[in-house]
Amino acid sequence: MASIKIENVQKAFGKTIAIDHLNLEIKDGEFFTFLGPSGCGKTTTLRMIAGFYYPTKGVVRFGDKDMTRVPPEKRNTGMVFQNYALFPHMTVFENVAFGLRVRKVSSSDLKGKVLDALRKVRLEKYSDRQVSQLSGGQQQRVALARALVIEPEILLLDEPLSNLDAKLRDEMRAEILRLQRDYKITTIYVTHDQAEALSMSDRIAVFNFGVCHQVGTPAEIYNQPANDFVASFIGEINLLSVQVKNVQQENIVVTLENGEEPVKLIVHNHTNEGELIQQNEKNLAVSIRPEAIRILDTVEKGTNILKGKIESVQFFGSVVNVMVDVHNVLLRVDVLNTHEFGYFYQGKEVYVQLPEKQLRLIPVISGDAP
Amino acid sequence: MIKNRDTRLTIWLLIPVVLVLVAYVLYPSLRTFFESLQKDGSISFGNYQDFFVQESKTNLEALWNSVYISILSVLASALIGIPLAIIFNRYDFPGRSFFSTAAILPIVLPSLVGVMAFMFLYGESGLIPNAIKDLFGLDKVPFKIGGVSGILIVHAYTMYVYFYMTVSAAINKIDPSLEEAAFNLGANKFKVFWKVTFPLLTPAIVAASLLVFMISMASFSAPFLLAGGYRVLSLQIYFSKINGDMEIAATQSVILSIVSISFLLFMRWYQNRKDYRMASKGIGAHRSEVKNPLMKWVMVVTGIIGVLILLLPHFTILLLSLVPDGTWTFQTYPTVFNVENYRLLFEDPNIFKPLRNSLLMAVIATLANLVFGVIASYVLVKRKFIGKSFIDILVMIPWALPATVIGMNLIFAFNEPSVFSFGQILVGTFWILPLAYFVRHIPLVVRSTNAVLEQLDDSIEEAARNLGAKWFYTFRKVILPIIMPGVLSGTLLAFIESVGEFPTSVLLYTISNRPISIEIMNQLRMFNMGQAAAYGMIQITLIVIVLFISNKFFGIKAEKAL
Ligand SMILES: Nc1ncnc2c1ncn2[C@@H]1O[C@H](COP(=O)(O)OP(=O)(O)OP(=O)(O)O)[C@@H](O)[C@H]1O
Ligand SMILES: [Mg+2]
Repeated sequence: MASIKIENVQKAFGKTIAIDHLNLEIKDGEFFTFLGPSGCGKTTTLRMIAGFYYPTKGVVRFGDKDMTRVPPEKRNTGMVFQNYALFPHMTVFENVAFGLRVRKVSSSDLKGKVLDALRKVRLEKYSDRQVSQLSGGQQQRVALARALVIEPEILLLDEPLSNLDAKLRDEMRAEILRLQRDYKITTIYVTHDQAEALSMSDRIAVFNFGVCHQVGTPAEIYNQPANDFVASFIGEINLLSVQVKNVQQENIVVTLENGEEPVKLIVHNHTNEGELIQQNEKNLAVSIRPEAIRILDTVEKGTNILKGKIESVQFFGSVVNVMVDVHNVLLRVDVLNTHEFGYFYQGKEVYVQLPEKQLRLIPVISGDAP
Repeated sequence: MIKNRDTRLTIWLLIPVVLVLVAYVLYPSLRTFFESLQKDGSISFGNYQDFFVQESKTNLEALWNSVYISILSVLASALIGIPLAIIFNRYDFPGRSFFSTAAILPIVLPSLVGVMAFMFLYGESGLIPNAIKDLFGLDKVPFKIGGVSGILIVHAYTMYVYFYMTVSAAINKIDPSLEEAAFNLGANKFKVFWKVTFPLLTPAIVAASLLVFMISMASFSAPFLLAGGYRVLSLQIYFSKINGDMEIAATQSVILSIVSISFLLFMRWYQNRKDYRMASKGIGAHRSEVKNPLMKWVMVVTGIIGVLILLLPHFTILLLSLVPDGTWTFQTYPTVFNVENYRLLFEDPNIFKPLRNSLLMAVIATLANLVFGVIASYVLVKRKFIGKSFIDILVMIPWALPATVIGMNLIFAFNEPSVFSFGQILVGTFWILPLAYFVRHIPLVVRSTNAVLEQLDDSIEEAARNLGAKWFYTFRKVILPIIMPGVLSGTLLAFIESVGEFPTSVLLYTISNRPISIEIMNQLRMFNMGQAAAYGMIQITLIVIVLFISNKFFGIKAEKAL
C-alpha cells in the first residue's frame, strides 16, 4: 500500500509534449481516476507510474521513495492492460502464477494463492483453461487476478472495460470496486467515460492536451468545475459568456450581451470569485447545469427570470429536454417527466429562472468557447 | 549518454547484430567492389569500361541474355500462375482444394534436382520425347529442351508458384460486394472482371513480376545444366572465377548486384506506396460452383492432367533413383529397378559422406541463423534506435544479391586473413560453406521472425515486466515460447535450402568437404544418374517432412513459409 506523488512531471516524445507540469498526490488506498478525451496523456501518465516511460522532467514517488528511474519490474505495481495482455501460451492458472513464480514463491504457497485469487474473481473452475477459450469478461478477470495476486502496492487499470459490452461493463465495474475495497489497494483507473468516473471514484483528475485541469471528488468536479473545459466535458452544461459589472459581498452582477440590449444576471459570490475576476478580466462565463434551470409559465417574483420561446422538445423517458431561446441564446433545460402530455411544445412562450446559487462564474480557457 | 537499463540492453543486443552484418554482409560486398576497381595494379573504372565496350561483347551479351530470359520467365510464369489462381479461387468443382494444394508442388523440388529431372524428362534422350517417338514410330524425337527453351521451361515450372500464391492471396482479399455492386450497376461478367477485379489484382501481379524477375536474374542451376553455349551473367561470373579472372568476376558481380538491388528498391517503393487495397471485415472467398456437367468434367480432367505434369519431375527422380548405375547405357528406357542406390548411400562411406557433410553444415548454419535471426528481429521490431533502416537494409541485402554474388563476396573477403575471420583464411576450409549458407538465409529467418514478432503485442512484454520479471526472464518465458512456431518454420525452411544449396557451394566447396549438391553434379558428369537421383530423393523427402511438420505442429501453411 502506498501513496503516489507526481511532482512537476513533464513527458516529451521528441517535440510533442504529452504531459506538462503535472502535480498530483494520490492517497493511500484511494480509488483515483484519470479522465479526459483521447490523446490527452492519461496512458502516458499511467505508464510513467508503472515505469514503462521515464519522465523527461520531474519526480515520481511512492510514499517517500523516489521511483522516477526504477525499472518496471522493481515497482511492485499491478497493471491491467486495455487489451488484457494475457500470455497466450499459458493456461489461466499459469497466467496468474507468473508473477509469483518470478518472486520465487514456494510451489505449495503458490497454488493456494493462485486459487484464492481466481476464487476472488470467480474463475476457480477455469484454472486449466487456455486463455484463448475465455470470453472477454473472463479474460479481463484473469488479468485482474494476475495483477492482484502479487499483492501490489498500486493497482493500475488502463481503460479495462472499453472492450466489453454495456451489461458486462456494469458487472465488471461492481467487481473491480468490490476487489479494490477487499484489498484496500491504491488504485488508478483510466477512462474517458465520465459516467464511469463519476460513479466509481473517490477522486478524479480531469486532463486535456497534457494538462491536468482539476482534481476533486466527483461532486466537486460536477458541481464546481474549474473551467469551461471541465464543465463541458462532464455532463451537459449551459455556458454563457458574460461581462462582470459589479462585485458585491453576496452577489456579482454580470451582463449577457448577445441580444439588442444587455441582460443583467445576478451570480452568487461563492468563495474565490474575486480572485478569478482579477485574473481573467475578459474570458469569463457563467455556467449552469440544465437540470438547475426552472421553467415557469408566468413571471414570478425573483431574480434572473428571463422571457424565452421553446425551440424544440426531446423526450428521453425520465427526463424531457427543452431547448429555450432566451435573448438569442439557446438554453438547455432538463425537466423531470411529470407524465403530462403536451405541456411543452415548440413555439410556446415561457419564462426561465436561473437560480443565482446554481450559476457559477468560471474562466474560459478554450479559444472557441461561447 | 546511456540513459537507463533499457537503452543499455538495446545497445548490448545491437552490438553482435551489427558486428555480424558488417563482417559478413557489408565488408564482403565492399571487398568485391574494391576488387572490381583493380585494373593492372592500379585503381580505375577500367574493368567497367571493358565490360561495356569490350570488342567481343560477351559480357554485354550475357547481361542482355539474362534480362531477356528474365522477362520471358515473368511472362511465362504469369500466364500459368494468374489463370490458375483465378480458376482455383473463383470456381468450385470436384477436387478443387486438392488441385489448389498440388499447385504449389514445384516448391518441393530443390532447384538442382528439378533441373536434373527436366533434363531426363524432356532433354535429348529424355523419356517423354522418346516415348512419343516410339509411340508414333517417328524416326527422330519430336522435340527436346535445351538452351533458352530449357531454362525458360524450368523457370516457368518453378516460378509460376509466386504468381499463383500472391494473386490467390489478393483475390481472397477482394471484397465480394465490390463486384456485386458492379453487377448491380448493370455490368456484365466480362466488364466486371476487366474493370473491377483485374485492377484490384494489379498490385499483386506487379509484385510477383518483380520478384520473379529478380529470381530469374539470379538463377544459376538451370543455366548451369541447360544453357549449353548460351551466356547468362550469373554463369559468366562462375566461369570468370574458374578461369582465374578475379577482377572481371568482381566487375560482373557488381553489375549483377546493381540490377538486383535496384529491383529490390523499386519493389519496396512499390509495396510501400498507398494502394487501394481495402480492409473490410468478414470477407469470405466466394466461389461460384461450376454447374454445366461438361464444363465440370473438363475442369476436373484438366486438373488431373495438370497435377500429373506437375508431379512428373518428382516421379522421374524417384524412378531414376531406382535404376542402378551401369544398367542404363544404350537402351532408350531403363530396365533394371532396385534399391541398390539407397543401399550404397547408407553403406558406402564415400557416398554417404556428402550427405553427412551437407546435413552437418546446414545444421551449423541454421543454428546460427536461428540465434542471429531471433536477436536481430527482436531488436528491429521491438526496440527503438538510430540507424534502424540502415540495419534493415543490411539484413535484406543477402536476399537481393544473387547467390553467385554472395559466393564471390565471401571469396574476396576471406581468401586472406581478416579481423572478421580471426586472422584466418576461410576460403578452402570447412567453415566457408556454413558461413555462406548462414549469410544467404539471414533475410529468410529474420523476416519470418519479424512477421510473428510484429503480431506480438508490446503489452505482453510489459505485462510480464510489470509482474516483476526481468528482461531476460521475460524473453525466455514469454516472448520465445510465443514466437517459436513462426521462427522455427522459417528456420526449417532455411535448413532444407541449405542442404540443397548449389550456387555458393559450387564456388566455395573443398574436395574434402563436398556437399550433396556438388556430388549430384559430379555423379551427373559421370552419368551415374541413379546415384544423383537418390541424393535428390533424400532432399525431396527432407522437404516433405519439414513442410509436414510446419503444417502439422506449427499450423503454418507451406505457402506462408515462403
Ligand atoms: N510512444 C509515443 N511516441 C510518441 N508520441 C506518443 C507516444 N505515446 C503517446 N504519445 C502522444 O502523447 C499524447 C498522449 O497520449 P496518451 O496515450 O497518453 O493518450 P490517452 O490519454 O491515453 O488517450 P486514449 O484515451 O486515446 O488512450 C498523444 O498525443 C500521443 O500521440
Ligand atoms: Mg490511453
